[in-house]
Amino acid sequence: MADLTLAKPAKELNGRGPSILSMLWRDKLAFISAVVLILIVLFAIFGPMFLGDLATKQNLRGRNFAPFSMERGWALFLGGDSLGRSMLARLVVGAHSTILIAAGTVLAAAIVGAVLGLIAGYSGKTTSQVIMRLADVIMSFPSLLIAVVVLYVLGASIPNMILVLAITRIPIYLRTTRAEVLEVRERMFVQAAVVMGAGHARIILRHILPVVIPTLVTIATLDFAFVMLAESSLSFLGIGVQPPDITWGLMVAQGRPYLNTAWWLAFWPGLMIVITALSLNLLSNWLRIALDPAQRWRLEARKTKNV
Amino acid sequence: MKTDFRALHGLDLPLLEQFGRYVWDLLHLDFGESLRKARPAIDIVLEAYAWTLPLALITMGLVVVSAIVLGSLAAFRVGGFFDRLVSIVSLVGASAPDFWIAIVAIVVFALGLGWVPTSGVGTPLHWVLPIAVLFIRPFGLVVQVVRGSMLTALGSLYVKTARAKGVKNMPLVFVHTLRNGMLPVITVIGDQAAALLNGAVIVETIFGFPGIGKLMIDSILQRDFNVVLAAIMVTALAIFIMNILIDIAYGLLDPRIRH
Repeated sequence: MADLTLAKPAKELNGRGPSILSMLWRDKLAFISAVVLILIVLFAIFGPMFLGDLATKQNLRGRNFAPFSMERGWALFLGGDSLGRSMLARLVVGAHSTILIAAGTVLAAAIVGAVLGLIAGYSGKTTSQVIMRLADVIMSFPSLLIAVVVLYVLGASIPNMILVLAITRIPIYLRTTRAEVLEVRERMFVQAAVVMGAGHARIILRHILPVVIPTLVTIATLDFAFVMLAESSLSFLGIGVQPPDITWGLMVAQGRPYLNTAWWLAFWPGLMIVITALSLNLLSNWLRIALDPAQRWRLEARKTKNV
Repeated sequence: MKTDFRALHGLDLPLLEQFGRYVWDLLHLDFGESLRKARPAIDIVLEAYAWTLPLALITMGLVVVSAIVLGSLAAFRVGGFFDRLVSIVSLVGASAPDFWIAIVAIVVFALGLGWVPTSGVGTPLHWVLPIAVLFIRPFGLVVQVVRGSMLTALGSLYVKTARAKGVKNMPLVFVHTLRNGMLPVITVIGDQAAALLNGAVIVETIFGFPGIGKLMIDSILQRDFNVVLAAIMVTALAIFIMNILIDIAYGLLDPRIRH
């Protein structure tokens, strides 16, 4: 799912010039981040298919088995957990729920936020006021508290996690979209479209939305990292994803009692979170420059210097 | 037994009357008793605050001082040593979950090197790890704002004038520019301090720190509603007071706002 945030800008800008991929290749940090993210998405999609059984297979002789030893085969190379299950397989399978929740949340929040933001920015004052006050209501609740209450009432499950996290993330997309729309709708090309008799739907979808999307993609990349951290915090506290489902945050929580004897139980899943979030942050940094025509020269200038 | 309990806590009254009583008691600063500990909820909350407040104040103090100094130095030489140091710490703060930093810190510094205790309170050494872990994220955020705002301020005309008059580098940054670069920073500091007051839930849980965050999550999980309500009310009040202090600080820093 996360490849959507990656693939989208590439596809969209390809028409305007093939430079975006080569620009990505020039910036080594961003390139490595993109490769890491694609790998993790592949883990998330295909992991449960190939390693699903291995991740739940218990082996009490290999419990808390120390990492970096091929003695018991590659499955226990990163160590075994408290029931002797393969850490390596669990990390790969854990990517599935982690990425699923984060991607579902970001996608849902971005779509709802963008639609409401377009409406709020484009329509009259009353509608706009109602939508913006709604956003204020959401923002004034501490998100952890909403999460705890909703998850307690509805029961902790993956769809409910997505619902709760998405609701708390909507205002960011909403406010950004609205601010951009307010500015874009006053520009000359929109007025030209109005003069030429374009309908509201056409103006919004064909003229305003394409200008807003690069900003949204950049925010979504950054937000993806944030949502992942929020999900793992909730799971860590025990009010998020419940076993037998696994996410990285839950794995850290499960490894905590064994800190003294088996540090790798909590260390690896945390490291996966850090690597993913770091890649997302770096890529978002790069996207912000690459998708902004006013700043793109920074990357292009570097390119001509190298050539 | 059940009817006794319901009568004792007024649960057999109509819902509206229960709410009316709750609001009336609230106005008298009476939050009811904790269902678990059979003590006034407000006492339990205030005891927890006695731990969280110093933790938040020390952390925020360190954050503010170091962010202002390092952020100014980073803005003074863009791309220099301090600039890189600052951007690395910010990146780590934005990417690493604090529970993981806390766990790694415990494994390395408490279990491995044995410099500090793993959890609990008592000696000043117990405070080192929680403060260090809490420090990273707010520092990363505040320092970026300091850097950005100082960059703008350093480009302005009065700085050029001062430089032309021969003011040395360090007084130029810390005396002439700093005060004007502080306004956006104050806002972020306020937000981050509010987040700390709100309870560093995860960090307090991991380090067994008896503060407001741990109290809140424990009472939510134990369904101790009176304590939850009291904790939220007191936290809201604390954040309200802090926002007022922030507004006053604006006025103190920039005379133009006083009008």
